[in-house]
Amino acid sequence: MSEPSEPLAHYVSRAPYDPDEAEPMSAAQRRFYSASQWTLMWWKLRRHRLAVASGVFLLLLYAAAAIAEFIAPYDLHARHTDYLYAPPQEVHFFHDGAFAGPFVYGLSVRLDLDNMRWLYSEDRSRVQPLRFFCTAGDYPGARYSFWNLAGGAFHFICPAPDGQLFLLGTDRLGRDMFSRIVYGARISLTIGLLGIMISMLLGVVIGGIAGYWGGIVDSVVQRVIEVVRSFPELPLWMALSAILPVTWSPVAVYLGITVILGLLDWPGLARAVRSKLLALREEDFCLAAQLMGASPRRIIFRHLLPSFSSHLIASATLSIPSMILAETALSFLGLGLRPPITSWGILLNEAQNISVVALYPWLMLPVVPVILVVLAFQFLGDGLRDAADPYR
Amino acid sequence: MFGYAVRRVLMMVPTLLAISAIVFVIIQLPPGDYFTTYLNELQSRGESVDLNKIAFLKQQYGFDRPLYLQYVYWVGGLLQGDLGYSFEYELPVRTVVGDRLLLTFILSFTTIVFTWLVAFPIGVYTAVRQYSVGDYSLTFLGFIGLATPNFLLALVLQYLAHVWFGTSIGGLMDAQYIDQPWSWGKTGSVFAHIWIPVIVIGTSGTAGLIRRLRANLLDELRKQYVVTAHAKGMHPLKALLKYPLRMALNPFIADIGNLLPQVISGAAIVSVVLSLPTTGPMLLRALQSQDMYLAGSFLMFLAALTVIGTLLSDLALAALDPRIRFGGQAVS
Repeated sequence: MSEPSEPLAHYVSRAPYDPDEAEPMSAAQRRFYSASQWTLMWWKLRRHRLAVASGVFLLLLYAAAAIAEFIAPYDLHARHTDYLYAPPQEVHFFHDGAFAGPFVYGLSVRLDLDNMRWLYSEDRSRVQPLRFFCTAGDYPGARYSFWNLAGGAFHFICPAPDGQLFLLGTDRLGRDMFSRIVYGARISLTIGLLGIMISMLLGVVIGGIAGYWGGIVDSVVQRVIEVVRSFPELPLWMALSAILPVTWSPVAVYLGITVILGLLDWPGLARAVRSKLLALREEDFCLAAQLMGASPRRIIFRHLLPSFSSHLIASATLSIPSMILAETALSFLGLGLRPPITSWGILLNEAQNISVVALYPWLMLPVVPVILVVLAFQFLGDGLRDAADPYR
Repeated sequence: MFGYAVRRVLMMVPTLLAISAIVFVIIQLPPGDYFTTYLNELQSRGESVDLNKIAFLKQQYGFDRPLYLQYVYWVGGLLQGDLGYSFEYELPVRTVVGDRLLLTFILSFTTIVFTWLVAFPIGVYTAVRQYSVGDYSLTFLGFIGLATPNFLLALVLQYLAHVWFGTSIGGLMDAQYIDQPWSWGKTGSVFAHIWIPVIVIGTSGTAGLIRRLRANLLDELRKQYVVTAHAKGMHPLKALLKYPLRMALNPFIADIGNLLPQVISGAAIVSVVLSLPTTGPMLLRALQSQDMYLAGSFLMFLAALTVIGTLLSDLALAALDPRIRFGGQAVS
């Protein structure tokens, strides 16, 4: 018999502990199990081809909107009073069977006195070659002020010095539609982002409060959400933007509209945050953190928020399109943004009268970017939502 | 069931009160009161003003009282069917509105019925034949329908109708019936015209409903009891219709709460584009000219339509699904 204080004799291996000894992991497995949540999400999203393509498309559009001055051949407000309602010009490559580079034919104008409208036709004798990366600024409407900071005249593509380049035609005042659509992207694309930021801030704070505290706070928030959601959105948006004072500057109206869009969009996000918080609060890791003495603040921001931020981003992406559409609808009705600020909705406002559209159908072209952007956001959001659950 | 219905109706009252308060705030938000604006405007145009009439209206709507009393007057008036006074038309709102409210109701109702009729077969088909060519193409179409804003669709359709057929597809009835009392001819004319706005407004809602029905039915079809039924040799049609379909039908009723605001929003703007004689164009007109009582009444009507529609759908759901009736909690 040994002494009672002596530990029982047993074998202790001195070799370093290797958890893989019993069940060796391949390099790929190791990478998978040690990958962070965001890495996993990215891997899953990458498999969703349509979502990635949409994401790239949207990134390109935002980049294009940032440098709209370079892409648009004309300044936003440049008017060509000799070319009102000019139809889109076709880009040709061959003149009289010989290659002449990308060029357009000049427009010849005739006034149709019977119907009181301008008639345009291609003047086959005037070849106006396109120029690329030009800095001369030697045609009307070439000079611009980049983001209202610095003047310039650099364009990726521009017409011949004495020619015109209306790729998508001109409008009532002879302004180039293509340039205006490019500039309009700047407003239409940012209004959704700004709006969603406001809505997300409200949604996270209000939903977080309701989900974490529960009880009376929760039921009050639930009732408020119910009331806001039972309003038909568009009429309420119309009413709210109609009461923005007429005296406000266009920029103030732009900000006002974003706030209105954000103010009415948060209930969906708040509801998602609340239900996620309620579910996650019961998880083991949360209980463990509580038992280890973590403060509520640490639990919310360190443990709960990161575990559903991916869901949050996915649902935010899915609600951007509705904001873009809302702005387009409001501006289309004439209740939204006010000129000189130009968005796709403002451009569509010109297409309200069907008899005008029937004569000049290119006025409806801003519909195309709206639908493409909405579809892209929808696909990207769907992909993100699937990817937000990396373990499934 | 009766207890649940009473509870649900009582819950609606505070919601409606809160909505009316919000609408009232919106009415009040533009600076100054209408009478001042109205008087100034008339005087600036050099028109004569009937001060007695103004005084009478001010008294009638309690404009000399504090705000909360004005609110009480307004809500009291609403309850008695008095929608307020339109300053632009110089008539009571009820006269101005005419049968626009009824037409809005008909339009929304028809749209929802259309949504159901279209979504049901397509939803069932895409779920039963999952990953077939038909499923893929219908799902893709649904995506497009979901993404195309309906006023743009209205615009494009109108343009195409103009170019191809040379006709206008606007309006909700033949010209001879406008402002006429309701008759069989008028009703028929309305239903002959209503299908284009119904399709235009219904697309996005239909697409959403198809997606939900498909997802629900797929979940149900994967369950053990369906597999067992198939294994025991039950006829496939019966194994589909008897239980899974009934379970998957819940969203049809439960979704009205989501569908209705969407349909009413869509109807408002599509009506403007297609110039339908519903509340939409007049709401826009009222907002543009800051005729706030008229706008407020429309807003209130549209919101009330939504709330009551949701109430009816909840009641129907409770009648269908005992889990809700007894548990008091929706299981989805």
